[in-house]
Amino acid sequence: MNEPTEDGNCTETLQELYQFLDGELTDESREHIRRHLDDCSPCLSAFDFQAELRLVIRNRCCDEVPPSLRDRIANAIQHEADAPAWPPTGGPTGPSL
Amino acid sequence: MAIGWRSGDGRVVPMADQARFTELAMPLMDSLYSGALRMTRNPADADDLVQETYLRAYRGFGGFEEGTNLKAWMYRILTNTYINSYRAKQRRPQESELEEVEDLYLYRRLGGLESASLSRSAEDELMDTFSEAEVKAAVEALPENFRLPVVLADVEGFAYKEIAEILDIPIGTVMSRLHRGRKALQKSLFDYAVTHGLADDPDLEGEPEPVSAATTVDR
Repeated sequence: MNEPTEDGNCTETLQELYQFLDGELTDESREHIRRHLDDCSPCLSAFDFQAELRLVIRNRCCDEVPPSLRDRIANAIQHEADAPAWPPTGGPTGPSL
Repeated sequence: MAIGWRSGDGRVVPMADQARFTELAMPLMDSLYSGALRMTRNPADADDLVQETYLRAYRGFGGFEEGTNLKAWMYRILTNTYINSYRAKQRRPQESELEEVEDLYLYRRLGGLESASLSRSAEDELMDTFSEAEVKAAVEALPENFRLPVVLADVEGFAYKEIAEILDIPIGTVMSRLHRGRKALQKSLFDYAVTHGLADDPDLEGEPEPVSAATTVDR
């Protein structure tokens, strides 16, 4: 493994860390960073850490809809669908259930 | 056979669209509910917000372009509904600033870049120490203008462009708020780790060595 470089590539790479992890870089910039990470374990370690942290945040912030709310919403939509046509005097697409 | 139904604004929602809406939108409910909880920080408000969002989305479904991102479309409705209906009553400042936090805050504090890199298992262990409640609390502690971009990017995985559309702010603003929001979130997590004795308190050990991103690691 090469010694970490001090030629400014690290600074540049770390500045693009989030855009890299967010998948917002061009293929060319991405490749450029990948090449640097292949050679620079400190930067790779920092990237790994951020990627892991992001996963932790994602995994910890997932809530499940309570079944009662799910039912309430399904019913509300059904009610909306079953409601009399508007205007109530009846148009060409009045209810025919 | 019934062909179409009225919607709230008088538009007809065809029967086929109702089935289609149910098929496409219902599976997104956990995601929208999670987002609503982070926005309102209150389960009762989150329930109402999600229900209102689904009704509005249902009524407006005719305007949704199939093939585009339905989750982003619904998140936009969720956000607008939140801003218009729920935020007003929370009486919190809409825009807040954050203290300056250095890049890679948590990583640097936990030994990376300074000492030899954290071992993989130590890193995993550390991540395990952040419970669901703690991470949620840290996210919810962010000021709203930083919290929403962080949730949309880190939890929901939206692209910058989608976040810009959902929040109706420029992409550059999305990026800077994300950047600062993420750093503040890391500080909050670190403070938690210190409080619980999981990391050393920097105040008790003097100032940590400032480390520039390009510093060579001593190994």
